[in-house]
Order: sequence, then structure tokens, then C-alpha cells
Amino acid sequence: MMDPKQCLEIAQAEARSMGVRDVEIILSDTTSSLTRFANNAIHQNVTAQAGHCSVRVVLNNRTARASTNRFTEQSIREVTAQAVGLARSSEADEMLPAMHEASNVESQSRWAATTASSSPTSRAQAVREAIELVEGAGQSAAGILSTDVSHEYLLNTNGVLLEHAETMSRFSITSTAADSSGWAKASTVDLRDLDTASLAKQAMGKAWASAAPKEIPPGAYTVILEPAAVLDLVGQIFGDFSAAAIAEGRSFLSGRLGIKLFGNNITITDDCFHPLQAGAQFDGEGVARQKLVLVDGGVPRDVARSRSSALRDGGKPTGHGLPLPNEAGEAVTNIVIHGGDHSINDMIRQTKRGILVTRLWYIREVEQFEKIMTGMTRDGTFLIEDGQLICGVRNFRFNQSVVKLLNNVEMLGPTMRTSGEETFDMVVPAMKVNDFHFTEVTKF
Amino acid sequence: MKQIALEALDFALGPEVEYADVRIVESKDRTVSTRNGRVSQVAATESMGIGIRVLINGSWGFAATDRLNREGLAAAANLAKEIAVASGLARKEKAVLAPENPYVETWIAPCLADPFLTSVESNIQLLLAIDSELRRNAGVTLAEGSLVFDRTRQVFASSIGSLIDQTKTSTGAGYAAYSFAKDEIQKRSFPNSFGGQYQLKGYEMIEELDLLKQAPRIAEEAVALHKADQCPSGEFSLILDSSQLGLQIHESVGHPIELDRVLGSEANYAGMSFLTLDKLRALRYGSDIVNVVCDATLAHGPGLGTFAYDDEGVPAQSTPIISNGLFTGYMTSRETAAIVGDARSNGTMRAKSWDRLPLIRMTNVSLLPGEQSLEEVFDVPLGIYMETNKSWSIDDKRYNFQFGCEIAWEIKNGKRVRMLKNPTYSGISTQFWNACQAISNRQHWTLWGVPNCGKGQPEQVMGTGHGASPSRFGGIKVGSGYQA
Repeated sequence: MMDPKQCLEIAQAEARSMGVRDVEIILSDTTSSLTRFANNAIHQNVTAQAGHCSVRVVLNNRTARASTNRFTEQSIREVTAQAVGLARSSEADEMLPAMHEASNVESQSRWAATTASSSPTSRAQAVREAIELVEGAGQSAAGILSTDVSHEYLLNTNGVLLEHAETMSRFSITSTAADSSGWAKASTVDLRDLDTASLAKQAMGKAWASAAPKEIPPGAYTVILEPAAVLDLVGQIFGDFSAAAIAEGRSFLSGRLGIKLFGNNITITDDCFHPLQAGAQFDGEGVARQKLVLVDGGVPRDVARSRSSALRDGGKPTGHGLPLPNEAGEAVTNIVIHGGDHSINDMIRQTKRGILVTRLWYIREVEQFEKIMTGMTRDGTFLIEDGQLICGVRNFRFNQSVVKLLNNVEMLGPTMRTSGEETFDMVVPAMKVNDFHFTEVTKF
Repeated sequence: MKQIALEALDFALGPEVEYADVRIVESKDRTVSTRNGRVSQVAATESMGIGIRVLINGSWGFAATDRLNREGLAAAANLAKEIAVASGLARKEKAVLAPENPYVETWIAPCLADPFLTSVESNIQLLLAIDSELRRNAGVTLAEGSLVFDRTRQVFASSIGSLIDQTKTSTGAGYAAYSFAKDEIQKRSFPNSFGGQYQLKGYEMIEELDLLKQAPRIAEEAVALHKADQCPSGEFSLILDSSQLGLQIHESVGHPIELDRVLGSEANYAGMSFLTLDKLRALRYGSDIVNVVCDATLAHGPGLGTFAYDDEGVPAQSTPIISNGLFTGYMTSRETAAIVGDARSNGTMRAKSWDRLPLIRMTNVSLLPGEQSLEEVFDVPLGIYMETNKSWSIDDKRYNFQFGCEIAWEIKNGKRVRMLKNPTYSGISTQFWNACQAISNRQHWTLWGVPNCGKGQPEQVMGTGHGASPSRFGGIKVGSGYQA
């Protein structure tokens, strides 16, 4: 990738030759490797390296962005000229903020050399060991081991010069038996912290324990949602914690900020600096991320505000703006749902009759204001009776309001960094929830 | 581009390499969108890179890069080989490819009006005119609209001697009106939700849609939904419009017939399929009038799954999937075709771009038109007609589904009698298709584009095509989504 300062200089020179002063560039260079396995064998194995350069210009309250992955002087000049042309063609927006001025951004390392230097052979060996564990138990393993290495830069002609380097490793495994399956997943900055063998055993154990699943009728149940299930279901509401979404009337928080909406035991923050979190400490315009208390004791308190939203609504930008121009305004990205001290075993012991849910799948919004979500349980769903796990059960479809769910949380587990498939990674606890609505049961 | 592709292929070959292919892809797009009278997005993106796939001792390796000089190509080719060797550390069966002929061809998809030659100003003017029309209705609290143009040129070269140069232009357009009042958010979209209609066409698609004309009706319906009755629960004759039926096909036919999914490749993520191998040519998938094809040929129409060759260099084909109700075919690849007794792949391997591996993906999976008129499809004593998707969900083996639509009407004796809000329906895939009672004729058939189909790890979000005409299904469970 071209030196970021040189890239800005080229873009700035081209823009100035066209009479434009304000230029912002966002650069990235990523290498993503993923070893994928199924039926106890590696079947796909990939590495992709990709650079990206986007140029945004501001002129006369107009803005536009053009992007390329070609890092030659000519390409940078062309993409800058294209951005100027697009901006000139656009409409003036009186609420468009001026280019951001440089400010202090606290830096936090999210880089591990071991992740960055992992090789195809080391990944394949780790996968082989996990497969051998599962195969030895007479089950079939499928999953991924991945590493991502990325560098991002944000610069502008007002002196902003920000850099973020990050590594991330992920391991996910589904272990399948004759009529059941189990799943586990984790993500860590440092590959050495990823306990692939332990996760494989976890998935195997769930497949073994849920063998010969019984069909029980749908209805309202007490459920224990493991952290991945909490993440993927509750995680669906956070797009609404946006000042632009509220202003446009597309957020369930419209008219509800400051009003008790959830149970007393629900507190949620957006905290980029949490030790289990990841991501850059600045937003899409270079504004430093602030810690936000989104929900305090059941009361929605604050939402993310981009510079545009702050101009419109008052208040300060919170460092959650998306790169301009955009349609959504801003987004929270570092969710921490505060937990408690109940282990999942505690929750099971204190449940007369209920369902333990490992994972949820294909979650979609049915209704926007009460946040009714539908989806399926998957890869380890169990019946609990009299404080004991009794057996695996066939998977359910749920239709559940998340607003109601967050009023019915009886117990919380410790928070942990959690990775699912339906939303981005967050720090969340397990939850024991009363009156959870399963509406149908499927055939397995 | 051809020279770079051949140079990369040369680097990828070697005595240990059983097969290699490369795809160099150059793409550009333009996105213009508006929200409530303001321009919310004006952006252009271009990208160029190469993906190199090699097979060594029966194991695959893939490496992709945007560094297209000799050093970059050599490094990527060597990395693909290193990865293939590493894959061999956990291999069970050697991958063997079904035979295929070499092809040398250049193909350019028809595009009557180049969308990139339209001015951004005119794009914005169209969207702002729609926006203004939608918000003339005081009940509309948010109007949004977008135009998306994409052009992709791909050169594929393989070790069997293929050199295939394909260029495709696609266009997407749509808008939505939201109405927020009291404790309810209602929405109507045109011509479809989630961005509208997408086809392998140029700007002519936008002219055909006549977007502005429909805006007053869409706004009126979004606002009227607040006063509409809640859709009842129970079993009803259900009539679906063609766009919703397109998504129904996508989820309950298209995904289950992906042979890699059936064989377990997606077990950890997208899931598996109820269509186990014993069901081929044995399962009654639908009623006798149900005929579904997987058709990537231009003759089928300008779908997002239309091409001349797939990303393994296999020519586009039309495969019967459901024939008079009987399950007759999967989507296959060169590696999997022999498993179902086929001599060659039916050409469904596709990659999102240069940085992703080709996977079995839907091309255009379509329900063929029936023989009934629209009046005959609606001719029921009591039924519910649903239009435009709002939510969709299906289990990881593709049995149990639930869909929500933006709007519905109660049908009595073939006539719309009242508007209904928040409609949902659910069921089991094969039971649903076996309940198909009437399919309207070719006159009402539309080839819809679904631009956001996700599959694979790393995930690849791609476009698929689905042709359908309004159809009727008997005894379908309606309304369970709103009992929470």
C-alpha cells in the first residue's frame, strides 16, 4: 500500500487543481486467511490480501466519495477527480458538517504478532487436532479457523492523521452426531488465546447430550440463553441506538429515551476501551470514540451521535459516525451488556421447567417498535426439568419481542467476549428469561 | 486483463498441480440515494484483483491479491500452492473434477442503455422527485430511494485451456415510504423491499419500472396501514404476489438444492438441507402444477444469476429442479456432479468477486408460469393476499419457514374486501409446495433479483434471480408472528 501521507498529498494536489480544498482519505490494507473444514476434512482454504483507498471531498456544502484499490499516483488522482465530479453533481446540504479538525484520540493496542504471522500449516495443524478429537468421538466436525490482519488510516486536510492496526482470530466448530449437533465459537485478538481443543470438546459434548431429541410442544417457556444466543437476539436492537434513526422515526426508541423500558437489571454500555472489545478508537470522520451509557437500570439514556446528528439535535458527537456520505448516520459498535454472577449451571439448577438454548439462527425483525424477532434455535437445544438437563429437544421457531424479553430477565451470568453469526461480536452475559415465546417446532 | 490472467496461470502451474484456474475481475459501481429530500449517498467504487485456485494431490488452495504486477502474481500463486499443501494435512477424499471442455469466448451481457452514461444530476433528480411525491402525503415520516449500477468484467483462465471474458452490467432501483405514528412503524416499498428490483440490465430497467407513477399509491398504503385491521391468525387460502413468491422460492427451494450444503460443506454456517441424496427423483416436492428450474441462460431472462459461463468455466445451463411436483435435480459443481450420477457440472459455481472462492450458488431459480389467469388465482371464497416481503427466516435444514409481508388484503369470493396489516405466514417447505393450487400465467411472471444472498465463510453476499407469478396455496398457517 502507498504511504498514507503521500496518498493524501496526491489527492490534495489533484483536488486543489480543481479548486477544492477539503479532502479526506480512508485507507486500509487487510490480509484475511480462513481454513474451513467439513466432514472431518479441510475442504476450503483461502487467503485474500486487499487494499482500499477512498477519497471524500467537501465543496460548497456538497460531498461525495470515490474508492479504488489501485495505489498508483494516477489512480489516486483519478479517484479524487471522480469524487470532485460526483460532489459537484450532488445537491447542497446545509447540515453537512465541515471537515473534522484534528483532536486527541486515545490509542489502544489490538495487535498480536502471533496472529499476524500464523501460517497455512499452523492453521491446518490446529484444525486437524480439533477434527481428530471430534472424529474420535464418532462425530463429524465442520467449522473455520481464521485470522485477519488489518491496518486502517484516516487522514484529512485539516490535520487529522489516525492509524489503527488490528488482528483477530476466530474458531468456530459444529460437531454433528446421528441426529443431533453442538456448536461453539470464540474470537480473540491473539491466536494463542483461542482454545480450539476446548471449543471442539464443548461442541462434541452438546451433540452427545442432545442425541435423540424429543419433540415438545411450542409455547411460552423459561429459557436460558447462552451468551451467543443473547448476542444474536438482543444484538438486533442496537442499530436503533442512533440519533439519525430516532430523528427519522425508524427507531423503537423514538419518544422513549429517559423512560423506563426494560428491567432494573439491564444496563448496557458502548465501550470501545473495554479490555474484551476490539476496533478502532475513532469513527468514520476521525472523531474519538466516547463511552456511552445506552441503558441504565432499564432506562434508555443515550444514543450514538455523528457530527451531523450533533449539528441537528445539539449535544456533542460521540465518535460513532459512519464515513460520510452515508444513509444510517451513526452506529454503536462496542456493546457491553452488564452481567451478573450466575453460572449457567446455577441457572439450570434454579429452573423448574425450561429450555437451554445454545445458539439462535436466521433472526429477522417482524415488527419494528416492540422489536419482535423471529428465528430458530440450533445446534444444542435442551429441556430442563427440576433443575436438571433432561434431554435434547427438536428445534423451535420463536417470535419474541426483545423489549419484553429485557423486562423478563431473571438471572444474568458473567460477561464474556462473544461471537455469533447474526451480528458483530459483543461482550455479553448468559441470561435466564421468563415467558419466552416459541411458536413452532421443526422436524429435527 | 487476459495477459495478466495467463501470466498468473503460468505462475500457478507446476508438476505437482493437478488443476489451476484464475479469475481476474475488474468492477465499478455507482450508488446514489436520497432520504427525506436530501442526498444521502453519492459514491463510486472501482476494484480490480485476481483469485488463484490450485488443486494439489486432491486438496484445494486459494489466494487472492490486488497486486497485479509479476511479483504480486507470483507471490499469490505460490501462496495458493502452500495453502493447498497445508489443506492436505486434513484431507479425507481427494477432490476429483468432472470433465469439462475448454472454451475460448468473449461474452457481453445485453445492456441497452449504459447506466454509467446517465448523469449523477439526473439520478438525483429522479430520486428527489420520487421523494417529494412520497412526502406529499403528510403521514409519510421517512422517504428513501436508491439507484445502484454495477459493471463487472471477468477473465477466467484455467489449466484445461479455457480463456473466458465476460462483462455484465446490472441495475438496481427502488424506494420506500415509512409512516411512524403512536407506537407503530409501517412501511411500503416499490417495486420490492430491500432496495427494489435488480436485473442484468442497463438504465432501461429504470425506465420500464415507471417508478414515479407508483409513488402516491405506495405513500397512501404506508399511511393507511395504521388504520387497517390486524391480519387474522388461522389457516387460510394464501395468495402471494410474485416478489414474495420469489423469496419463498429462494429460501425453500433454492438453498435446499445446493449440493455442497446437502453434503455438509455449510454445516457450520449456512446449514445443511432436508434434501438428502435419497430424495432425488423420489420426493414429491410440490403439487403436480409446480415446475421449478435453475436456469442461468440468457433465454431465461436478465437475472442476477444469468451468465455465459460459471466461475469454473462451465457453460450456463437450465436444470429441471422440480418437474410436475417431483424433485429432479440439485445444483452441482465439477467436484460434486459425480456424487449424484451426473457426468458434468450443471454450472452453478460463482464467486462474489476476485477475493473469494467460487461456491455452488443459485443462478436463476424460478417457478415456471402456470396456466391460470389472475382472476382464477384469486377465485376463492375466503383467502388472504400478501404483497412485498418484510421479514424472512428459515431453519438450517430448510424445513420450517416464516415470512412477513408489508401488506395484505382479505379476499372474499375473488375480490379484495379489506386491507390487513402485519401479515405473516409459516410452514414446512414441502407441505407448502404441495399445497400449491394455482399459478398465474406468463403474462404475470416477473424475474426478480435478490441482491443480498449470503453463504460461505468468509461470507459472500451475492445476487440471485427468481422468476415467479402470483400463486395460490391452500390451508396455510397465517399470523403466528404477531402472537408474541
